Amino acid sequence: MSSILSVEQVSKIYQSGSRTVQVLDEINFDVSEGKTMAIVGPSGSGKTTLLGLCAGLDHVSDGSVTLNNVLLNKLSEDELALVRNKYVGFVFQNFQLIPTLTALENVMVPLELRGIDGAKGISEDLLTRVGLEDRMDHYPTQLSGGEQQRVAIARAFSNDPKILFADEPTGNLDEETGKAVEDLLFEINKEKGTTLVIVTHDIDLANKTDQIIRLKGGKIAN
Amino acid sequence: MDKKITIQQEKYSRSWPLRMAWRDSRKSRGKLMLFIASISLGIAALVGITSFRENLMDEIDDQARSLLGADFSVDDRTPLPDSLFNKFAKFSSLQSKETSFSSMVLFPSTGGTRLVQVRALEGDYPYYGSIETDPPEASKAFRQSQSAIVDEKLLLQYNAELGDSVRVGNLAFEIVGEVKKIPGQSDVGTSVAPVVYIPRQFLEETGLIKKGSRIRYTTYFQFDPEADTTGQWSNTVEQSESLGYDVDTIEEKKDDTGRAFRDLSSFLELIAFTALLLGCLGVASSIYVYVKSKVPSVAVLRCLGMKASQAISIYLIQVAIFGLIGSVIGCIIGVVIHLYLPEITKAFIPIDITPVIYWPAIYVGVLLGIIISVLFGLLSLVGLRKVSPLSAIRSGFESTKIKWDKLVGLIGLTVVFFIYLALWWQLSDAFFALVYTGILIGSILLLFGIGKALSWGMKRVLPSSLSFVWRQGMSNLYRPNNQTVVLVTTLGLSTALLAMLYFMQDLLVQRVSMAGENERPNTVLFDIQSSQKEELRQMTQDFDLPVMQDVPVVTMRLLEVNGKNKNEAWNDSTERVPGWAFNREYRVTYRDSLITSETLVKGNWNGQVSNPADSIFISLSEGYAENMNVDIGDELLFNVQGALVKTYVGSLRDIDWRRVQTNFLVLFPEGVLERAPQFHVLITRINRTDVSARFQQAVVRQFPNVSIIDLELILKTLEEVLGKVAFVIQFMGLFSIGTGLVVMISAIILSRFQRMQENVLLRTLGAAKNQLWKIIAAEYFFLGGLGAIAGLALAMLFTSLLGTFVFEFTFIPNFLQVIAIFLVVTISSVLVGLFNSRNIIRHSPLEVLRNEL
Repeated sequence: MSSILSVEQVSKIYQSGSRTVQVLDEINFDVSEGKTMAIVGPSGSGKTTLLGLCAGLDHVSDGSVTLNNVLLNKLSEDELALVRNKYVGFVFQNFQLIPTLTALENVMVPLELRGIDGAKGISEDLLTRVGLEDRMDHYPTQLSGGEQQRVAIARAFSNDPKILFADEPTGNLDEETGKAVEDLLFEINKEKGTTLVIVTHDIDLANKTDQIIRLKGGKIAN
Repeated sequence: MDKKITIQQEKYSRSWPLRMAWRDSRKSRGKLMLFIASISLGIAALVGITSFRENLMDEIDDQARSLLGADFSVDDRTPLPDSLFNKFAKFSSLQSKETSFSSMVLFPSTGGTRLVQVRALEGDYPYYGSIETDPPEASKAFRQSQSAIVDEKLLLQYNAELGDSVRVGNLAFEIVGEVKKIPGQSDVGTSVAPVVYIPRQFLEETGLIKKGSRIRYTTYFQFDPEADTTGQWSNTVEQSESLGYDVDTIEEKKDDTGRAFRDLSSFLELIAFTALLLGCLGVASSIYVYVKSKVPSVAVLRCLGMKASQAISIYLIQVAIFGLIGSVIGCIIGVVIHLYLPEITKAFIPIDITPVIYWPAIYVGVLLGIIISVLFGLLSLVGLRKVSPLSAIRSGFESTKIKWDKLVGLIGLTVVFFIYLALWWQLSDAFFALVYTGILIGSILLLFGIGKALSWGMKRVLPSSLSFVWRQGMSNLYRPNNQTVVLVTTLGLSTALLAMLYFMQDLLVQRVSMAGENERPNTVLFDIQSSQKEELRQMTQDFDLPVMQDVPVVTMRLLEVNGKNKNEAWNDSTERVPGWAFNREYRVTYRDSLITSETLVKGNWNGQVSNPADSIFISLSEGYAENMNVDIGDELLFNVQGALVKTYVGSLRDIDWRRVQTNFLVLFPEGVLERAPQFHVLITRINRTDVSARFQQAVVRQFPNVSIIDLELILKTLEEVLGKVAFVIQFMGLFSIGTGLVVMISAIILSRFQRMQENVLLRTLGAAKNQLWKIIAAEYFFLGGLGAIAGLALAMLFTSLLGTFVFEFTFIPNFLQVIAIFLVVTISSVLVGLFNSRNIIRHSPLEVLRNEL
């Protein structure tokens, strides 16, 4: 199976005033297409930073990230946006739905950005798939946390991403709702054959993935 | 593996940003209301005034003939000689003669007296338009018998009716009609000097035409349709003008009238532009608030693959569309203003204005609204370029604070250039537009500096002994994300513009009201013949009235300056004495000393010529000498009613024209003019209106040729006029005030956004509601107070400069007014701040965060 995400010798350094903070230090790993992977570690270990670099949300200080055979290092911000739109899906801890758009319109955004015909039909199918067929015209503030995260999952899968990044997808939900969302995420991921990268504190959730990266102090601990 | 990215959004729909803009706006329209209000108020003021100005100019064009009532007129203080009359008559088919002068009239039925303008008319004037009377036929009929038509307000004031008589000099005329409108004259014009028309054939019998009387002889002509108005016509006009006659054509009348009201409309346009500039501030700050609230959404959209330019385009479309909506609303309000303005200006504009929608003003209004929205919106919107998608997974990663970069700089310069262009278009004066733009930018930089200084200073001087509430409120002025600079700048600028409007109005009122102060003269008697002087003086004293001044007046004309006549002096490039100096009639006095309204600024004043062979050194008004291009030692030759008198400029005087005194451009020493034909002016003060009425009646009965100016009456009329003009200015100023309020609200909402999280946290940590109210009140008190002080200081500076250089008046601020403006701005800031924070305080922290963020 070919590698969809390749991280080689990646380091990330932030400048905080006169102080230099090394958040990540020479990280290496590969994720094969269709596989699932979890990044775990204590707070401040660099999990979210690593996710951001893998998804093309930020540039590495050193090393390289290759996503679906595209080397992200040298891309401009607009080129990275195209990569994200075409290959990447996101699920965020705090859902990050656009508050001014309805559930349906939120799901349609990635499709419309790519100019895909029938964006509405595809989005309605996805919302029906996550059990929100009767909540399509509701705004995010009119939905519960669990419902919002289901909309976010539908949106994440709407553009048929090659890889889906989930940052603490159940972190803001109660246990029962979190479990349901978790199941839904894995089910759809399996159906679509998408590669899944999850950042989580939840060891049970991490154990459901094919591969686990443990971060500690900006380095891989295992 | 390291393949070059070739992904393209081939099928990306061009209309998608438009759809997104629409969708996104559904829940944001409330937030954009302030923005719409800013735009619409500014555009309304501008469209209203521009439409009014164009409408007025069009009407002046259309009604030009009826402004003059004839094709041309020739007038002067001396009758048109037959030789010239015959020359003009060759070009015309019809002629009318009018002799006009100021005189007292008496209404025998009620005993009322009043200074009026008597117009003795002969012929069929006016040839265009009409003297509107009630009954209509009276305007023609009065010319056939010993009858008069009298201004309707005058009849009302003195309770006189048709059929009563009015006494003009020695003759009584039957009132056969009331005058409603005269060609080219406004209501105000006739209020100051009401008109009484009499037939010219009875003029001699009135006995009012005496030597020295200020009489104007006007001849009106209607062109013969066949007349050739080229070669010979021009020569005749030139010849008449060289003799001092004023030839007025329709074109000149149109230009004069247009110029006078263009000045008024320019002033109103400046007020309207002020409203628009405040609107621009409103646009900039409300879009800043709006953009700030959109940052999280943009971060998510960037995660989902949206380019920065696409994100900006979504909000730019919204801004442009809401700018369009605001402009259209503004245009509608502007049209309503335009329909209403002729109603309130008709008192002082001698033109019937039928409001016609002026479409170019509307097109420009809409275009201007959209450009303002886009330009001022872009200043904030470009900040969205810097929104990193990373902030979707890391809250507080960065803000959209506008950071100075090349693009922001370029937009800033474009904004300044746009303001300059718009001002240029509005004022039709490139230099003045540049000065105004410079002042504006300078003020903004100054206020910006004050804001920075406050922030810096507060951090260093905040006493640690203060209570938590005060410390918290005051330290918000320098903490990260503080809005001190933005608020001080916006509040300061709007306060400065609004306060300046008030100060200017105050300045103008001060100028007028000075004349009416206690113990200053308020009644002027003029055209007193030398033989009447002593008797009138005695009568004044018999009424227990003081004779405050008794001044002889001699009329003369200037013939030569340094031995050169009018044409020679003008053609001599070293002299350049303007033609008007030779054309005018000089009313000159003589005395041995200067009076209180005069200050010697150059040369020496010698008030006595004891030997007839001595040189005569006269004194000129400093400004007049400057305009005339003459200085100390220059020789002036006067024609004193036939006698030539050679004089030298001996001194220059600065004259305070605001004093109610007889002030003269030219002052002779004693010993020269005593034997010249002259008349006298007597000045007194009458404190009681009943005494004034009795005194005036007695004077008119005994000395019918003597005219009386009742300054109280003039002042009252002027106050009415100024009241009407002030109302128009205040009415337009309301738009500035409205926009200023919108700017203030958006500026305060800006800071609410910054303070919300902090207040929620304080509540979570157990701060009581009243503590939060106090913290917020303290912060806004300092922000509002400093904005007000900075704005007031600027307003006082500008008003003083205008007072000194334009109005020649020292501006002394009315401290009660200053304190009132300070309190209004500060208290409004506190109230708006508290009002906008009410949700944060009333509701639970979780509820607030869920709804607001």
